Amino acid sequence: MAHTSVTSGMEEALVLNRRRPGKLRRLWRNNKYLWLMFLPCLIYYLVFRYAPMFGLVITFKNYNLFRGVWASDWVGFKYYRMFLENPDFLLLMKNTFLLGIMNLALGFPAPIILALLLNEVRKAAFKRFVQTVSYLPHFISNVIVASMVIMFLSPTGGLINELITALGFEPINFMNEPGMFRWIYVLSEIWQHIGWETIIYLAALTAVDPQLYEAASIDGASRMRKLWHVTLPGISFAIVITLILNIGSVLEIGFEKVFLLQNPAIYETADIISTYVYRIGMEQGNFSYGAAIDLFMGIISLIFIYTANFVSRRVSETSLW
Amino acid sequence: MKLERLSLYHVVSTAVLLLVVVVTLYPFLHMLAVSLSGDAYVMRNEVTILPKGLNFNMYEIVLGDPKMWNAIKNTVVYTAVGTTIALIVTSMGAYSLSRTNMAFRKGLMMMIVFTMFFGGGMIPTFLVVRSLGFVDTLWGMVIPGAVSTWNLILMRTFFSGIPKELEESGRMDGLNDLGIFLRIIVPLSKASFATIALFYAVGLWNNFIYPLLYLRTPDLFPLQVLLRNLVLAGSVSSGDVTRIGGDNQIVEESLKYATIMVSTLPILIVYPFIQKYFVKGAMIGAVKG
Repeated sequence: MAHTSVTSGMEEALVLNRRRPGKLRRLWRNNKYLWLMFLPCLIYYLVFRYAPMFGLVITFKNYNLFRGVWASDWVGFKYYRMFLENPDFLLLMKNTFLLGIMNLALGFPAPIILALLLNEVRKAAFKRFVQTVSYLPHFISNVIVASMVIMFLSPTGGLINELITALGFEPINFMNEPGMFRWIYVLSEIWQHIGWETIIYLAALTAVDPQLYEAASIDGASRMRKLWHVTLPGISFAIVITLILNIGSVLEIGFEKVFLLQNPAIYETADIISTYVYRIGMEQGNFSYGAAIDLFMGIISLIFIYTANFVSRRVSETSLW
Repeated sequence: MKLERLSLYHVVSTAVLLLVVVVTLYPFLHMLAVSLSGDAYVMRNEVTILPKGLNFNMYEIVLGDPKMWNAIKNTVVYTAVGTTIALIVTSMGAYSLSRTNMAFRKGLMMMIVFTMFFGGGMIPTFLVVRSLGFVDTLWGMVIPGAVSTWNLILMRTFFSGIPKELEESGRMDGLNDLGIFLRIIVPLSKASFATIALFYAVGLWNNFIYPLLYLRTPDLFPLQVLLRNLVLAGSVSSGDVTRIGGDNQIVEESLKYATIMVSTLPILIVYPFIQKYFVKGAMIGAVKG
C-alpha cells in the first residue's frame, strides 16, 4: 500500500516535472521581451517605492546612521508615544487638517466654476486665449511662486502693500501674521492651478450631448435650469472622481510650497506634519522619530482615501476601484 | 426681458474671465517692467507694466554672476539626463503594461497603483538614496524621480490606443516584442513621447525638494535652490548692491525680480508653443481617469 502510494507520488512528481518546465519555458518564451522591458520599471518601484516602506522598520528602532538599520536597538512604540505626547501634536494635526480642508473647500469648486464660464464663451479665440493664459502658472516652480508671493506681500515696497498704503491704510506684514498664512497658501494654490484643473472638466463638458440642451430649450428651461439639469449631471463623474482624489489627498499637502512660505514667526498656523518631519528628521537628524510621524500620517491618509472611495461607491456608484 | 438677462450674464462672465487673465499676467509683466526700469522710477513706485527708464543693468548683474551660470548649467544637465532616463524607463514599462498578453500584468499594475496611495515617506526614501551613494551626485537628482506613476499610466493609455493590427504585421515580419516597440510603436508615438518628455522636463526643471534633501555641495545646486537662497533667504551679495548705489531696498527688489525673470523666461518663451502637448496629455489622463 505504502509502496504504491510512494510510486504513484513519484510518478505524479515526474509528470508535473515534465509538464512544469514546459509551461514555465513557454511562459518565459512568450513574455521574456515584455518582462525585460518592464524590468527597469520594476527595479525602480522595488528600490524607490517599496524599499522605503520596509525602511519604516526604523520607526520601531533607535536608528543610528553609523550602526545601520539592522544593528540599531529596538525601541517598540517609543517614537509613536513620543509624538502622541508631544505638546505640538494637536497643533500640527490641526494645522495640517485645516490647511487641507480649506484648500479643498476653496480650491475644489474654483476650477469647476471657471470651466462652466469658459464652456459658455461663444468666441473660440477668446476662450482659447483665456485658457492658454490660465494654464501658465501651473508650469511655474513653487520656488518662484513663493518668491513672488513673499515679495508682493512685503511690507516694504511690496506691490500689495503699496496699494494698501496708497489707499491710506497701514501696511500689513502679511508673512508674519499667523492668521494670514492659510489664506495666502490657499489663494496662491488657486492662482497656480485653477486653469490647469479646468481641463478635466472641459473635456467632460465636450462629451455632454448638445441635443439635451436643445430639448431643454424647447421645454423652456432657463440658463440656470440647463446648468442644473443638463450640464452638472453630464460632468458629475469627473466631479466625483476629482473630489475623491482631493479628499484622499487632503493630508498630502505639497511640502515644497508650505516649506518655502513658512517662517518660525508663523509656525503656530504654518507648521504642518511634513515640514515638521523635515525639521525633526533631516535637520535635527532624528530619523526614527521623523519617519514615525510620517508613517502615522500616511496611515491616516490611507484611511481617508479609502473612506472617501467607499462612501462615493455607496452614494453615487462612482469609485476609483 | 430674456435678452437682457442673457447680456447681463455675458457681461459678468466676460468680466470674471478677464479678471483671471489680468491676475495671471500682471505679476509677470510687473516684475519684467520693474527689473528693466531705472532706479528712480522704481523708487517712486511709478512702474506698473511698462518699464520706465529702460536699462539692462540688473540683467548684467544677474548674468554676470558665475554662480548663476553654474546653477543654470546644473539645471540643464539634470533636466536633460533626467528626462532621457525617465522617458526610456517609463515608455518601456508603459508599453509592456499596455500588452494585455503579458503574464502577471494585473499584479504588476496593482503593485504600481498602490504606491499612489501609500509610501515610505521622506526619511526612509532619503535613507535608500543615501545607501545607494546617490547623495550629492547627479544620480540623486535624476534616478529617484525616474518614474512618475501618473506619467506611466498616461503612457500606457497612449499605447493601448494603438491598433493591434500594426503590432501583428510586425510579428509577421519576425519582430519580437522589443523590435515591435522600437520599430513600430516608438515612431508612431512621437507626440506622446513629446508630451511625457515635457511633463518630466518641467518637473525636473522646477524640482526643489530633491536638491534640498539630496544635495550638500553648493557647486551642484540647480537654479531653484540658488533662486531660493537669493530671493527668499535674501542673501544678495551686498557688494553688488553698493556697486549700483541708490536705495538698497529698491535696488534689491529689481535685482530679485531680474533673477526671477531669468529663471522663468525659458518656460514663458517656450510655453505658447508646447502648450498643446501638455493639454493633450492632461486630456487623455482626464478621459481615462
